[in-house]
Amino acid sequence: MAKKESTFKNMTIALFVITAVAGLALSAVYSVTKEPIAASQKAKINNAIKMVIPEFESILDTVLMPEDGKDSITVHRLLKGTENSGVAVQTYTDDGFSGRFTLMVGFLPDGSISNIEVLEHKETPGLGTKMALPAFKDQFKGVKLSDLPGEKILVKKDGGQVDAITAATISSRAFCDAVNRAHAINKKGEKQ
Amino acid sequence: MNQVNNFTKGFFRENPILVLMLGACPTLAVTSSAINGMGMGLATTFVLFMSNVFISMVKNFVPDKVRIPAFVVVIASFVTVVDLLMQAYTPALSKQLGIFIPLIVVNCIVLGRAEAFAAKNNVFSSMIDGLGMGLGFTMALVILGGIREMLGAGSLFGYKFIAESADGILVFILAPGAFITLGFLIAILKKLNKTS
Repeated sequence: MAKKESTFKNMTIALFVITAVAGLALSAVYSVTKEPIAASQKAKINNAIKMVIPEFESILDTVLMPEDGKDSITVHRLLKGTENSGVAVQTYTDDGFSGRFTLMVGFLPDGSISNIEVLEHKETPGLGTKMALPAFKDQFKGVKLSDLPGEKILVKKDGGQVDAITAATISSRAFCDAVNRAHAINKKGEKQ
Repeated sequence: MNQVNNFTKGFFRENPILVLMLGACPTLAVTSSAINGMGMGLATTFVLFMSNVFISMVKNFVPDKVRIPAFVVVIASFVTVVDLLMQAYTPALSKQLGIFIPLIVVNCIVLGRAEAFAAKNNVFSSMIDGLGMGLGFTMALVILGGIREMLGAGSLFGYKFIAESADGILVFILAPGAFITLGFLIAILKKLNKTS
């Protein structure tokens, strides 16, 4: 078959057919993958909740707006039967070394932190990424933010309680910021 | 053309990264570990293979003046398919490679092979070319990622062989390490190509 000439008619038909076929193929793939994508995103959140509060039976989600942030925060209230078994707060900070990162912070019913999981981040590999390691984040375990001055946890450089990661003070500070935001929103949620 | 030769040229003689120097942006950005390099390489191989086959099939139907937009639509469609499939079935890898999967669209290797090879050769040769080029690209990414991971994090494919608390040579995980490693790899391949 000889090559088609570049006339207006030929070009229009060729582009129309190719874009139409591409559009159809993409819509087919989209509808097939839509459900697995949604399921895998939900599974990711559920896994993170399980990491911070291991024992619960049902989840009650509320979305609240923090006073000092740009976006809303999802608070997962966890119940065992009708009993409160803790709260997992999907919090964030915009002060990370490379912008926003998100954490899942678990609070036990008495208000102390049970565990923290890093969800998404763009911190420097080998420096800021150490915030996900136990050596850093376990410092927060068992801390009751309502007992601290100003109800805020800070790095030692700022007169606080947490040893910052070597060469990653900005990431450590941002981590504290996210935890403080989680605490504030948790308190706000309890009042409602 | 000899098909065996056609297949193997992507590995050494015309390796997309180390000889043709195409697609350096995703190469440098994703190769912080061997597994990332492999994921990116295989995703690109799939796109390269499919778009080469498809473009060589439609090459006579597409008039010359609109061939580039037509090729880009084909490539972009396959990339979107890969992106959606990865999000659905390998969410962890898709999170790691993030922005670089959509960027396969503008990877010069894919359009370069479409223009330089698939638009002039038959379907079977284009298939072999896409596969060889893709696997050559994957090989280069895995070697690059492997070296950077070993030196920078002290691990390979995620298995750490230095003490858990010890650090590697950090610079190799960061962007400058990518340039340094790539430079040495190119030099070594140049030497090998010359002597053989």
